[in-house]
Amino acid sequence: MEHNNCLLDIKDLAVSFMTANGEVKAVRGIDFSLSKGETLAIVGESGCGKSVTVQTIMRLNQEPPAVIKNGSIRYTNPEKNIDVDITGLNNKQMQKYRGKEFSMIFQDAMTSLNPTSRVGRQICEAILKHTTLNYKEAKNLAVELLGKVGLPNPEAVFARYPHTMSGGQRQRVMIALALSCNPTVLFADEPTTALDVTIQSQILDLMNKLKKDREMGIIFITHNLGVVARMADRVAVMYAGQIIESGTLEEVFYQPKHPYTWGLLGSVPELKKKENSRLLSIPGTPPDLFAPPKGCSFAARCPHCMKACMQYEPERYQISDGHYAKCWLLDEECGKEVVPPVGRDLSVFKTKRKEI
Amino acid sequence: MIKYVAKRLVISLATVWAIATICFFLIRLLPGNPFIVANPLDITNADKMMEYYGLNDPVWMQYVRFMNSLLHLDFGYSLAHAGRSVNEVIALYFPVTAQLAIQAMLFGIPTGTLLGILSAYKRGGTIDISTQLLTIMTTAIPAYVLAAMLQLLLSVKLGWFPASGWETQKYTILPTICLSLGMISGHCRGMRTLMLEVGQQDYLKTAKAKGLSEARIIFFHQIRNALLPMVTNLGLEIAGLLMGSFVIEKIFSVPGLGKYFVNSINELDYTMAMGLVVFQAVVVVAANFIVDILYVLIDPRVKLD
Repeated sequence: MEHNNCLLDIKDLAVSFMTANGEVKAVRGIDFSLSKGETLAIVGESGCGKSVTVQTIMRLNQEPPAVIKNGSIRYTNPEKNIDVDITGLNNKQMQKYRGKEFSMIFQDAMTSLNPTSRVGRQICEAILKHTTLNYKEAKNLAVELLGKVGLPNPEAVFARYPHTMSGGQRQRVMIALALSCNPTVLFADEPTTALDVTIQSQILDLMNKLKKDREMGIIFITHNLGVVARMADRVAVMYAGQIIESGTLEEVFYQPKHPYTWGLLGSVPELKKKENSRLLSIPGTPPDLFAPPKGCSFAARCPHCMKACMQYEPERYQISDGHYAKCWLLDEECGKEVVPPVGRDLSVFKTKRKEI
Repeated sequence: MIKYVAKRLVISLATVWAIATICFFLIRLLPGNPFIVANPLDITNADKMMEYYGLNDPVWMQYVRFMNSLLHLDFGYSLAHAGRSVNEVIALYFPVTAQLAIQAMLFGIPTGTLLGILSAYKRGGTIDISTQLLTIMTTAIPAYVLAAMLQLLLSVKLGWFPASGWETQKYTILPTICLSLGMISGHCRGMRTLMLEVGQQDYLKTAKAKGLSEARIIFFHQIRNALLPMVTNLGLEIAGLLMGSFVIEKIFSVPGLGKYFVNSINELDYTMAMGLVVFQAVVVVAANFIVDILYVLIDPRVKLD
């Protein structure tokens, strides 16, 4: 990844929620970056801090209770002469970036649109805020976008209310809304989780196509590893507020280094498996982020846990250029030999991807 | 739209008819004779009066007569106040009650809503805590105690307003305040809850993610959606107020309709009681009818059928 293409560079970011019961350390020191035209998938189980991370970049969390404890989020866009640290901006300054530089597609399309406002109007609202277009031009642009995201008869859709549309249609509207001001970075927070598989597939194709057309950087949050295989260039695996492994799609899927990644990959059902084979799961539950464990956060659930794992937090080991994992097994002095399970067969997803 | 209005209208009329019928028979079930209640010593005369007013006829005959006069919008003459028609009483005293109610609403609803919005916006702040205190107080303290306290403070001690009576505009202020306090706290509480509830909705996050200003998000997205359920309550509230708060009217000596309502039952004044019941039913149903239609206009999700 060349440095001049870097859009987002997140360094040692830590976010906490100050609740009445104490501090919840939702994100605990994560590093990652995103380049132009690249899709980064963040995977991990519920509550691991994926959504908090992207919502922190857009500063959508209520502050307070959310507090950025540490780290920086550098956003660079040489074309527009922008080079800022997002963590230092206030709400008012942030408004210029939200919707214009960064856009977001939310998980639940059913509830993400204002029920009392026509969808076209909701798109125009964003356009009018960030551009100098008048209402008529904004309307034309909105209609054009609605057509681009594959909604038939966009002029009629423009005047419809959200409740008259299906989940898939609403998610298309959300995508049109997110793209309305030509954002450089698009955040997609489980955009297809609430949709059925056929619609899911259509939405993913649409996103890939739009990404190619516009050269956006996409950060894609999901639990669905099939979706990851289809969308992502790079993958970051999050666990208990930390990125425990990151690398290219091939690296993470074929040469996973962290036991948690092994577990995640092992818990996906496979089509060509023996009849009686069991679907694996990772025993236990993630740690309570009120009081994160002292050592490795995965230690309690890890089948390969060692003494050091309970005591000291593992460092970030570099396996190859861009492939990192946080696990003591990777330490030179570890000495413990663990045979990692074989990576996933990606060929099914790969062929699908080429068609687009 | 026309079909919807017509349908609502038919339902409304049916409701009024049902209320009138049920009340008509219920009131006949009350024991006692209205003329003996008025003058216990004059039993022979009472029987004559019963005959004169047709109250000795079979109940179904009386019912037919009642329905007939209702169709002509004539509620008949009061039994307790000879020579006084019910229509006349309504025409004379309802405007007073209505003025008081409208004043209380015009003051109470916007104030309560505004306070609710402010307390939700600055949750846990000074306004929030003081409105919560006000809410608890107006709920816990009975209206007549509150009225007496207001009279003592604002008219006896400070001398700002007359304590009772109904002459100039100045006289209306104390009862208006007293009547609107409950409404202020009700609307404040309701609006606060709804604002916080809508504040949690995903579409507000979408609005924020679009880069909209905070004011735009609150006014265009949050308040608008929070106001919708409040409109539903409005119908009943208007109706309740329009029929007057008997206690408030009594304490401030306001010549409203409330007194006649209570007295008509005590005096077994059949015609007066029925007339007022039907009148109240019409007001309640009409207010709800208007709110229903209003709702269609402001909430696109309510279907016209």
